[in-house]
Amino acid sequence: MDLTLKIWRQPDASQKGRFVDYQVQNISADASFLEMLDILNERLVIEGEDPVAFDHDCREGICGACSLYINGRPHGPDKGITTCQMHMRRFKDGETIVIEPWRARPFPVIKDLMVDRTAFDEIIRAGGYVSINTGGVPDANAIPIPKRDADTAMDAASCIGCGACVAACKNASAMLFVSAKVSQFAVLPQGKVEARERVQNMVAKMDELGFGNCTNTYACEAECPKEISVSHIARMNREFLSSKVVSEKTK
Amino acid sequence: MDKLAAKIPQGPLDLKWTNYKAHQNLVNPSNKRKLDIIVVGTGLAGASAAASFGELGFNVKVFGIHDSPRRAHSIAAQGGINAAKNYTNDGDSIYRLFYDTIKGGDYRAREANVYRLAEVSNNIIDQCVAQGVPFAREYGGLLDNRSFGGAQVSRTFYARGQTGQQLLLGAYSALSKEIAKGSVKMFTRREMLELVIVDGRARGIIVRDLISGKIERHSAHAVVLATGGYGNVFFLSTNAMASNGSAAWKVYKKGAFFGNPSFTQIHPTCIPVHGDYQSKLTLMSESLRNDGRIWVPKFKEDAEKIQKGTIKPTAIAEDRRDYYLERRYPAFGNLVPRDVASRAAKERCDAGFGVGSTGLAVYLDFKDAINRLGKHVIEARYGNLFQMYEKIVDENPYETPMMIYPAVHYTMGGIWVDYELQTTIPGLFAAGEANFSDHGANRLGASALMQGLSDGYFVLPYTVQNYLADQIGVSRIDTDLPEFEKAEKEARATIDKLFSVKGTETVDSFHRRLGLIMWDFVGMARNGENLTKAIEQIQELRVEFWKNVKVPGNNEMVNPELEKAIRVADYMELGELMARDALIREESCGGHFREEYQTEEGEALRDDKKFNFVAAWEYTGENKEPKLNKEPLEFEFIEVKQRNYK
Ligand SMILES: Cc1cc2nc3c(=O)[nH]c(=O)nc-3n(C[C@H](O)[C@H](O)[C@H](O)COP(=O)(O)OP(=O)(O)OC[C@H]3O[C@@H](n4cnc5c(N)ncnc54)[C@H](O)[C@@H]3O)c2cc1C
Ligand code: FES
Repeated sequence: MDLTLKIWRQPDASQKGRFVDYQVQNISADASFLEMLDILNERLVIEGEDPVAFDHDCREGICGACSLYINGRPHGPDKGITTCQMHMRRFKDGETIVIEPWRARPFPVIKDLMVDRTAFDEIIRAGGYVSINTGGVPDANAIPIPKRDADTAMDAASCIGCGACVAACKNASAMLFVSAKVSQFAVLPQGKVEARERVQNMVAKMDELGFGNCTNTYACEAECPKEISVSHIARMNREFLSSKVVSEKTK
Repeated sequence: MDKLAAKIPQGPLDLKWTNYKAHQNLVNPSNKRKLDIIVVGTGLAGASAAASFGELGFNVKVFGIHDSPRRAHSIAAQGGINAAKNYTNDGDSIYRLFYDTIKGGDYRAREANVYRLAEVSNNIIDQCVAQGVPFAREYGGLLDNRSFGGAQVSRTFYARGQTGQQLLLGAYSALSKEIAKGSVKMFTRREMLELVIVDGRARGIIVRDLISGKIERHSAHAVVLATGGYGNVFFLSTNAMASNGSAAWKVYKKGAFFGNPSFTQIHPTCIPVHGDYQSKLTLMSESLRNDGRIWVPKFKEDAEKIQKGTIKPTAIAEDRRDYYLERRYPAFGNLVPRDVASRAAKERCDAGFGVGSTGLAVYLDFKDAINRLGKHVIEARYGNLFQMYEKIVDENPYETPMMIYPAVHYTMGGIWVDYELQTTIPGLFAAGEANFSDHGANRLGASALMQGLSDGYFVLPYTVQNYLADQIGVSRIDTDLPEFEKAEKEARATIDKLFSVKGTETVDSFHRRLGLIMWDFVGMARNGENLTKAIEQIQELRVEFWKNVKVPGNNEMVNPELEKAIRVADYMELGELMARDALIREESCGGHFREEYQTEEGEALRDDKKFNFVAAWEYTGENKEPKLNKEPLEFEFIEVKQRNYK
């Protein structure tokens, strides 16, 4: 198929970006979206032009590196997949596809379609862990955990840290991302010990980094490639409130 | 020869590691702070090592090419991680895990290392659970296990189909905790270009900042390489796009020996190549072979019609199908080991019986299983895999048989290390898939995750400390030393050289061509003639690369083409070493199959008299033949046997 691509080009964070049109021809319907961009890039290189920069690695929907806004939606039109899992059969011959980077203040553009998501790492550093060291831990089966809780923790833990939730949100809120981590630990006995400090520190860090407030539009859940549920946000809110109450009391 | 001393501790097998730990040298807390350790890589091996060093009080610097440590390739591992917990009470033990691993590796790994791996496997599961890794559980609240190939017991722990993700996020959380504490400093989007050696010891690295292009110098008292495997030398593999062999190759060229470079694992069940624009391959879990039957058309005319798309597989009658695994291996049928299944598929396709538009695929058919068990059972067992398949191939595997083909998956070979995971360069350690250590000529499923975490959490914290104990008098290494100057110049020279070619062919195009040579001649079935041809063709291609590669832009910018060019330049050399290694090993063992050395039934034929050694290759200079050193393998505790699949 032949396509017109409107791609956001921006040399670096300090310079202004703009859309540039490209034509690609003879794209197989079986090619993946990123392979289509590979084909474009290979041609640009041959023609002596600067290829389009974008983040990617695993190309099977698990590393969270790919991050494109396609026709106005994070990870494109299909539900429950990442950009790298999308195939060209999803598009029609002759179609125009608009490709942009994540647009959110806490994720500045590095170049073209690449953005800086280190803010997510900073939030994790604020408390997204259990403070134990290597060695000296109890036997893995010492504390039974109800299957239901383990499954809920796993649902939350399947977040790939891609940032689609932030990109989808009109407020650039990171609530879904943060709540997924808080929730994973909140339902596990290993995580409960530090639950109170964790939720407070992570939320404070999120605010400090300039992520916006959650106004319950649930765009994050709709666009999350791992379909992480907003129920984790509700759990985090409860955790947050009760941690406040407890810290008020202990004052 | 002395360089190849494995330094295996004295004593009975099950006490070696205990003895080592009892007698190793330690560093006291106040000295630890003054000692710097560089860790390159944030996969399971690197992240776990860095976090553990930080906890001990060392001053750690970690590097990775990704934008976040959480994106290392380990994230993509699916199936699970082995441990000898024997929670299922089915007769597992440390000894049995050790034995299965040695045997699975076709007796080409070191006994003492593998025993230690089995021994610490249980600590890994404890550690991960304590970190909050949500492993699968049973209704009683205890951990669940599944079975994997090469074992008669159920010892594989898993977190849905995302075990690697969960283990890596566990290690990443430990790493994040240390970064927050200040004991570890993280350098993301940095690619190591050179190793710096001062007075014979590894003392630092040269890296390129992948955003600004700035070349930086970093120094330390010890350097740990945890940079993963080099399967991408084949261009197409199940590895992530950025997985590469460059760091390993750079240290090889600085004097670290390379162990068994040709030992590659080719996984039989992957989604086939669909076109020449294809960038990577996707693994389909091998568990599918429990219920799927593998076949190709019995007659070429049918195969041709299928390739042209004029008939559908379902139109081919039962008696016109060739269930070649069941035919050739009546005892094991579709459940023959990975290497056998892979080779058999290639043989059929090469003979013209392959299916799909490329003719490079075979069918994995669930029709009989669906008829026997019902669709709902198959759906419960493999639903997510079927869905994933459908997303990629756009065909419903409940109705049309799946198409699969073998793909490069893992490299058992890697930087040679001794028992302490130290390379032949003092102060340089290698861990995870980057080293050659524990899997011999074939890795069992769910053992790579185990090895990465074993190395990082439970081995390196001891052995690196043992090394550093006599370094406490060495003050912080100055990056202005002439050795750093020289290494930086070398790194810059490579980059300048790449830009100066100004040719007409893209890096990917060269990489693809190299991959084809590797796949055809150094892939699933190898022979002397083809390997010799491969060496010649790679040498020719390398010359062409340096005459005609086109690298756009400049160094001082985000430049993925340059990043790839640096890696492919190394693959052009590493590929040749792989072919050489395969050529000298005149036997078949594990994933290394030499067509000249097989039994009458087509099984791998080992030659323990001549080849019971680790091939440790030594760099001798640009365009010079590398030197082969041999580390003899001694089996003190188990009896070496021919693997039997019948
Ligand atoms: C699809 C798939 C499924 C798998 N499933 C399983 C499974 O179920 N069970 C199992 O046991 N094994 C499995 N494996 C194998 C296993 O995932 C890997 O062997 C293992 O994760 C490797 O871990 P590592 O820490 O050694 O390296 P990696 O995770 O590959 O990490 C390498 C690190 O090094 C960095 N790096 C590389 N080069 C440089 C450089 N030059 N400079 C700076 N940094 C660099 C990278 O950024 C990265 O952080 C699977 C593999 C694949 C491909
Ligand atoms: S490239 Fe890894 S999730 Fe898309």
